[in-house]
Amino acid sequence: MIVLTINGHDTQVDVPDDMPLLWVLRDVVGLTGTKFGCGIAQCGACTVHLDGQAVRSCVLPASGAVGKKITTIEGIGGTDVGKRVQQAWLGVEVAQCGYCQTGQIMSAAALLAQKPSPTDADIDTAMSGNLCRCGTYVRIRAAIKQAATGTTVVPQTIA
Amino acid sequence: MKIGRIIVTLIGLVVLVGIVFTVYALHTVTHGGDESAKQPAVAGAPADITDPKARGEYLTRAADCAACHTVPGGQPFAGGVPFKLPFGTIYSSNITADKDTGIGNWSDDDFVRALHAGVDKDGHPLYPAFPYTSYTALSRDDILAIKAYLFSLPVAHAPARANDLSFPYNQRWAVSLWNAVFLKKQRFESVAGKPDAWNRGAYLATALGHCGECHTPRNAAFAMKHGEALAGAALQGWKAYNITSDKDHGIGAWSDQELADYLAKGHAAGRGTASGPMGEVVENSLQYLSPADLSALVAYLRDVPPQQGGVSTPPAAATGAAANATATAGLGEKLFVGACAGCHLDNGQGRQSDYASLAGMRSVRDPHATNLTQVVLGGSRLNVRGQHVFMPSFGEAYSDAEIAALSNYVLGRFGGQPGTLSASDVAERRKGL
Amino acid sequence: MNLRVPPSPHDVDLQSPSRRELIKRGGLVVAFMWLGGAGRVWGLPDNARLDPSHPAFAPNAFVRIGNDGSIQLVMPTVEMGQGSYTGQATLLAEELDVGLDQITVEHAPPNRKLYANPLLGDQATGGSTTIRFCWTSLRNAGAAARYMLVAAAAQRWKVDAAQCTVARGVVTHAPTNRTLRYAELADAASKVTMPDKVSPKDPKDFQLIGKPLRRVDTPAKVDGTLPFGIDIRVPGMKVATVRACPTFGGKLASVDDTRARAIPGVLKVVKTDNAVAVIGEHFWAAKQGLEALDITWERGPNASFSTGQLFKDLAEASEHGKPILGREVGHVDNVKGKVVSATYQLPLLAHATMEPINTTVHVRPDSCEIWVGTQVPARCVDVAAKVTGLPPESITVHNQYLGGGFGRRLFEDSVEQAVAIAKQVDFPVKIVWTREEDIAQDRYRPAYYDRISATLDDNGKPIAWTDRTTGASVLATFAPGAMGKNGLDGDLVECSAELPYAIPNMRVDWVRHDMPAGLAVGWWRGVGPTHNVYVVESFVDELAHAAGKDPLAYRRDLLGDNPRARAVLELAAQKAGWGQGQLPPRHGRGVALAAPFGSYLCVVMDVEVTPQGEVIMKRAVAVVDCGWVVNPNTVEAQIQGGMVFGWSAALYSGITLKNGAVEQRNFNDYRVLRLNETPEIEVHIVPSTESPGGIGETGTVMAMPALTNAIFAATGVRIRTLPIDRHALVQDQNALKAVLSDATPADAASGDAAATARRLA
Ligand code: FES
Ligand code: FES
Repeated sequence: MIVLTINGHDTQVDVPDDMPLLWVLRDVVGLTGTKFGCGIAQCGACTVHLDGQAVRSCVLPASGAVGKKITTIEGIGGTDVGKRVQQAWLGVEVAQCGYCQTGQIMSAAALLAQKPSPTDADIDTAMSGNLCRCGTYVRIRAAIKQAATGTTVVPQTIA
Repeated sequence: MKIGRIIVTLIGLVVLVGIVFTVYALHTVTHGGDESAKQPAVAGAPADITDPKARGEYLTRAADCAACHTVPGGQPFAGGVPFKLPFGTIYSSNITADKDTGIGNWSDDDFVRALHAGVDKDGHPLYPAFPYTSYTALSRDDILAIKAYLFSLPVAHAPARANDLSFPYNQRWAVSLWNAVFLKKQRFESVAGKPDAWNRGAYLATALGHCGECHTPRNAAFAMKHGEALAGAALQGWKAYNITSDKDHGIGAWSDQELADYLAKGHAAGRGTASGPMGEVVENSLQYLSPADLSALVAYLRDVPPQQGGVSTPPAAATGAAANATATAGLGEKLFVGACAGCHLDNGQGRQSDYASLAGMRSVRDPHATNLTQVVLGGSRLNVRGQHVFMPSFGEAYSDAEIAALSNYVLGRFGGQPGTLSASDVAERRKGL
Repeated sequence: MNLRVPPSPHDVDLQSPSRRELIKRGGLVVAFMWLGGAGRVWGLPDNARLDPSHPAFAPNAFVRIGNDGSIQLVMPTVEMGQGSYTGQATLLAEELDVGLDQITVEHAPPNRKLYANPLLGDQATGGSTTIRFCWTSLRNAGAAARYMLVAAAAQRWKVDAAQCTVARGVVTHAPTNRTLRYAELADAASKVTMPDKVSPKDPKDFQLIGKPLRRVDTPAKVDGTLPFGIDIRVPGMKVATVRACPTFGGKLASVDDTRARAIPGVLKVVKTDNAVAVIGEHFWAAKQGLEALDITWERGPNASFSTGQLFKDLAEASEHGKPILGREVGHVDNVKGKVVSATYQLPLLAHATMEPINTTVHVRPDSCEIWVGTQVPARCVDVAAKVTGLPPESITVHNQYLGGGFGRRLFEDSVEQAVAIAKQVDFPVKIVWTREEDIAQDRYRPAYYDRISATLDDNGKPIAWTDRTTGASVLATFAPGAMGKNGLDGDLVECSAELPYAIPNMRVDWVRHDMPAGLAVGWWRGVGPTHNVYVVESFVDELAHAAGKDPLAYRRDLLGDNPRARAVLELAAQKAGWGQGQLPPRHGRGVALAAPFGSYLCVVMDVEVTPQGEVIMKRAVAVVDCGWVVNPNTVEAQIQGGMVFGWSAALYSGITLKNGAVEQRNFNDYRVLRLNETPEIEVHIVPSTESPGGIGETGTVMAMPALTNAIFAATGVRIRTLPIDRHALVQDQNALKAVLSDATPADAASGDAAATARRLA
């Protein structure tokens, strides 16, 4: 039995120590907003926050999350930054199939929490570990800028 | 003609000496050294392991027999592991107790002689890829415990794969000559005046664990240079680092705890993570050593005379400062933040696992980036204490130029080294994979 | 607007969404069929033939206006990122005069009669057809419903229906200042006789169509609440993962599961003909178990097959096989002039949808329930019936959101496998493929080997053109009945038979060379055009070069009477600044022009190629005329995303086979584009009143030739094999010479190709 602090709640789970947090969240706790994409830290679909830092939960053993604050997409809306990022995502209409987007939002929220006014290079650094097969990268950039500045920064076709 | 006669005589003399030496070599090849001489005072397995089979298992692991005799995922000790040498490929043999293809028909003496003299049951010399130059120091008891353990396992019917060696290396008898010169058939002797733990560590490191086989540089005849024990060497495309007590080049600056961690878990914070052949050693062998044996090993390694060879280790504090100054922007960084930072974090601290931390590692401070490119090209995996640590390979989908740029970036950013790897260097290294 | 997840099976009979049932619940049900001219199949789309005046009412599929105020649409096509839900809802809302936020949509249950896509000949989502086939039918359905509701209001007020107006679902009679909501009218409206014919709105009155509306499905995609197939959890469910024989066509010989069973959480090891699955309490246990299996495969006839062999066979077939004619214009023989020819080669490709393949199945003695995100729900019923032996009525498919489709989910192989596994246990089981399995067991985009040649007149214009493609037919396995009379699969010549250019003599044919049995091929984003437009547009670039002309001007000259193509070309040239300014060394600008899926596109790209051969994409400008735009927001997003998909393939992706098995495993070796490699992408839409063209795949089609033409402009190296061999782009004279010597005589004669190309651009 280990105790994980997920989105502010202490949750007891009976899982092997080396079970990646991703599967604890999805298959044991039932928080399916965190996605499986590759299992080898190459796609970022499984990104969650561990004490505010974006981590790939598919390669993070559950035991490594004990005693730390885990935030998932289900909880990120409760933070100011998270909320802003989600709103910008809607504002810029980033999502297509949407499968990668929860991971993208988690990476973006971690970036903005650390660097409230990220440069283009900061965005590249923080977001290039998150793959999107639908190819929403251009709008991801725009949405992060919008979340950071609060103003619509790129011309787009959205009303 | 006087000169002519002298030359003929000289040639004759050389030939004669050659013949005499060959006769001597062939005659002594099967001789395992003085078997009746004093056996080592230290035993390879902790005294509290009394069950003979458990003892044998412990020793078999400490001697890392599996590294060479078990194909990954294959039946244990069935042999067939290829060793790519500059002059061809040789394959390890089946050492299960199968009577046809393994060592089922070997007597105790046959087996002991194999480890002490490097010859097979029929007295044919074995290639020194089999580390009998180290095993020759083992006690008969320990060797027989290993044999008993091997014989207790399921047998595998696995005929030996023919070696693929070019002339003259396919002439096995020639190994006898090499043995006559380079093989000292002597049992381990404790050094008086050194603590017991030290002696135990020495036995583990030199005889059982045969550390020197990889870490000691070799001379032109491929024999270990004895004056430079554990000063670091290159093999199979990897660097076995200097593990002498030198502070800059070796492990002199590591704490005991760091050394023990590295040996037991394949990772020491701020020092390095075992990968490649060393990862296998941790996985197959070192992680199973008892805590007492680990500290014995540490005690011995601490005391190995310092050598200056190999990758130097700038003081830890300087690393961080040098990082940003020398980091090359551009392609390498672009690749790093995309494919690598997911685990390593863009500051190299390691994201979800200590094993992913790049700080202080020698592989990122080696200007040749030997082990670094190996890991990037071929990936790495380590099963240790129930943890499964891995890194995927990037050789397939990334170009030579990309891997060179990535390696240079990592060297600069995390090792404070100006990386100078070129795309053609990477192309060269790919060939060795 | 909220989207409902499908109701549970006992809630509504999903097999036949019965009108009676719905009417019982009250309200107006307008039924209609997705009618758009019979017999149009995949691979031969032609939106022009959809007849907008065709009456589009037939019993069954439905729009329902409830007396509770609900407005419900059952979606004929699935949402996999392309925005089809929003697009379909917009068409309906427009004609009903309601807000997009007032509509609820549901996935259609499997039912070919009701929901078959006339362009595809099956209940399927693909080929960039959704808006094309719904454009007429959904608007007619909406208009009919509105007519009946307004008629009901007019009857109640005893006024002329023509005096009534509607806004946001409220009918108003202005002269008397009376209003009634749709909810209040629904029951009465259901008794109004359905009109024979209604006219949808005049486009000038559109309130919603053409506006950049927000997508209806996004709120739940940014907070993690929207469930994809992989997120399904049903009571008592266990999780499995599976490995099929890595060699295609091979079988499972035996498996030793001793080690696997010892792993905590592993429940069962289940075998099928060619695969073995481990079922566990959770995916992790199942995966650990799978890795601990000792499996022996019977590798079968493909055990020594490799991609090297495949391309040898394709080349051989191209030379000696029997060609099937795709299109012939004039006579290509005996045309005199300068001949330019080239050979192009395209690899097998995997889809690598972000959501790995998965299916949840519960097989009971008398029923089978399936939860899956699929592009072909009806086919899933077929395979489940086959595997379980149950009648189709006992099989329920709950379609889910798709985490990417790209054609992969047009195939039901994984559903068949999942049912075969689930039928061996008596609890529901979710089968999730690892990414490794997803890559190793895809339905690959076929490999192609194309020989193309042209004869140029004295002005450098092509007066004869031959194009022979060689490769496998997907249609022959997907819908054999749809193959052409002479055995032609239209997909193979789509966008190569019909070019935007006026060429007097043409012969386009195809030599069919299928993959060895067991190695399945499939549709891949962009289908035929992705392959053909790359070849044609690269070759047109080669011709421009051979003629010593600017590639954009050359295309302009070839266009003939093709105003839509001309318009996109001109706008792209202007927006991209074609011909303006000098590009630095090893920078290049490339162009591609085509008319795929009933739309017209021109893309201009700027790239830099480093001396080490690395390609840096700087900027892309896409201009599109896709007819009536339902939602420009979606058009822009689809072009951007489609191009990223195409660039991934051009630069990095390629599936290779060794010993009959795929060599790639995961995103580390099946590489796709990342954010920091993606350039800024501008999308410009040319206003148009033509019927809508497809959009979802067009970007992918255009991306590849635009990129490789830009690379040529930067380096003088013509990329004729994908993915791009970046080692060939290294700035090294020897490397450059080697590449050029393979090239056409025209190329080789031109001296410093890079400099020439730069000057031209
Ligand atoms: S699933 Fe964790 S990074 Fe892809
Ligand atoms: S939105 Fe589909 S993968 Fe990113």
